[in-house]
Amino acid sequence: MSQDAGPPPERVRVTGPPRRRTPAARSAEVDDGTRLGGMYVGSLVREQLRLAIGILAVLGVTVGALPLVFHLLPGLATHQVLGLPLSWLVLGALVYPALVALGWAYIKRAERNDADFAELAAALPPDEIVQDER
Amino acid sequence: MNSGLDAAPGIVAIVLVTLATLLIGTWGMRFSRTTSDFLVASRTVHPRLNASAIGGEYLSAASFLGVAGLVLLNGADMLWYPVGWTAGYLLLLVLVAAPLRRSGAYTLPDFAEARLGSRPVRAVCTLLVVAIGWLYLVPQFQGAGLTLQFAVGAPTWVGPVIVGLVVLANVTSGGMRSITFVQAFQYWLKLTALLVPALLLISVWLGDGAPRVPVGGEWLSPLGSGGRGLYVTYSLIVATFLGTMGLPHVVVRFYTNPDGRAARRTTLAVLVLLGVFYVLPPVYAALGRIYAPELAVPGKSDALVLELPAVMVGGPLGELLSAVVTAGAFAAFLSTSSGLCIAVAGVLSQDVTGRAWWSGRRLGGVAAFRLGAVVAVTVPGVLALLVPSIGVARAVGLAFAMAAATFCPLLLLGIWWRRLTDAGALAGLGVGFVGSAVAIGWTVAVGTTESWADVLMSQPAAWTVPLAFVTMVVVSRLTPQRVPVSAGRLLARLHLPEATGQAPQPARS
Repeated sequence: MSQDAGPPPERVRVTGPPRRRTPAARSAEVDDGTRLGGMYVGSLVREQLRLAIGILAVLGVTVGALPLVFHLLPGLATHQVLGLPLSWLVLGALVYPALVALGWAYIKRAERNDADFAELAAALPPDEIVQDER
Repeated sequence: MNSGLDAAPGIVAIVLVTLATLLIGTWGMRFSRTTSDFLVASRTVHPRLNASAIGGEYLSAASFLGVAGLVLLNGADMLWYPVGWTAGYLLLLVLVAAPLRRSGAYTLPDFAEARLGSRPVRAVCTLLVVAIGWLYLVPQFQGAGLTLQFAVGAPTWVGPVIVGLVVLANVTSGGMRSITFVQAFQYWLKLTALLVPALLLISVWLGDGAPRVPVGGEWLSPLGSGGRGLYVTYSLIVATFLGTMGLPHVVVRFYTNPDGRAARRTTLAVLVLLGVFYVLPPVYAALGRIYAPELAVPGKSDALVLELPAVMVGGPLGELLSAVVTAGAFAAFLSTSSGLCIAVAGVLSQDVTGRAWWSGRRLGGVAAFRLGAVVAVTVPGVLALLVPSIGVARAVGLAFAMAAATFCPLLLLGIWWRRLTDAGALAGLGVGFVGSAVAIGWTVAVGTTESWADVLMSQPAAWTVPLAFVTMVVVSRLTPQRVPVSAGRLLARLHLPEATGQAPQPARS
């Protein structure tokens, strides 16, 4: 336990401020306040949404199509691969690395989108990105 | 159930897990001082620790006991449960993780209020967090009862009482910060407790000449037969893929990340941890079909993971392995129940217990949280004793279905669609909630899947989720004047990377 000497209000103060970095380090300059800033933000959102939909489309035609495939080709599920029925091999094990790979692909692209945006924002002329009232 | 089994190793295992949980919780308490510590661990949890904690919290009794039991009972079509529970994190990652973290809200009701600026929407969200949390807690408590009954021959009420008390002790003393360490520990405990016995059991199986599973056809098939089988599987996919992001105890963990980038990385690590874990339950199910086919009946199948080591190995080693899986199962109840308790207590303390109508003054943050925790645990504990069990994994599946039909549309439209209105959100949440509640009531009351209506009700997500989405969009379109003026600005905030400008690296710990 911590030391009992200090009065209670002190204890709150000791742990509050020294926390590592608060996430409020958000850019004050680029918001939707200016026209150009707004355009950039809009394009970032569209870019990220397009990426998300792309990843989900891949998920849909791979994992999402499995029930339909097994339904249409009933023999496939019990087909033996490496001594295991194919359905068990796919659903019990192979699905998981596939999900991780999709997640990894997403993160790489999403972070690149974020970085591209940050670069653009840094290149904006100051009078375009400064918030009108703040 | 199995009176021949010696109770001592089981008792020792449960006591050890309980002690370890309380000790780590107390150790973590040294870091808990402020209300922010209690609710979101002051948002400074590193992705690796946070991912272990999310994994520890997420792998509930349904994953530890329920999946193996369901697969043993029904066959390969039940493999979709763990697949869906993992894939849900991929959808969470690509659609929700970073924006939700950047929204800066403590809880789901906070998010709803910040996004739509509406008290009624906030109130409905609070109600839903509590409903989904309790729906999820009841089977955890029932699973605890089953485990203790099996392991030490205790009456079924003992499990819920012990789990409830330990969770309360931990949550009320240290809140989110101490629970983070506890949950992370419990992920690795659960993985070990399932992995080590599984390896031994596989070696026993190989030593026996690797006998084949004595059943085929239906049990090996990844789908129920005909159109119903296809419907049930796709509906389960909708519920689990979309439900994960709407679970209150999952979402609240994302607020503990330092920033949006860390939230994404945490989610990817969670995908890895879950994938590693979920390979194991089907192994138990397949071995169970060979060595313990007598367990493949409803009501008994959930005990498979606990019973199989003793059946296959026997002797002191078998007892030791039984004790190990019992410890893992107990960790599963404790961690998931703690997470749910924190989530429910969090919203209760903000919206109910913090208001203290019975006395003149408001309760302080931490006091309100503690009172909320007591309520959050007591009600489902009592329910667990009164309501008949429909199988741990199935009951949890219904909680997913409700989350998918309510919070999923709210989050997706709230994050990606500027024109969502409070009226639209209220209507959609209402439709999703009522549809799910009717389906759950029907399933619990009828208990069979004879007709198409029963099938539709037992696996409702395929119709409730689209219904909720359509309602939310249509009503929002009809009330365009109610689009919040700050919507565009808020959306920009959700999607802007924090690093813009001075580009600080994620916090290292």
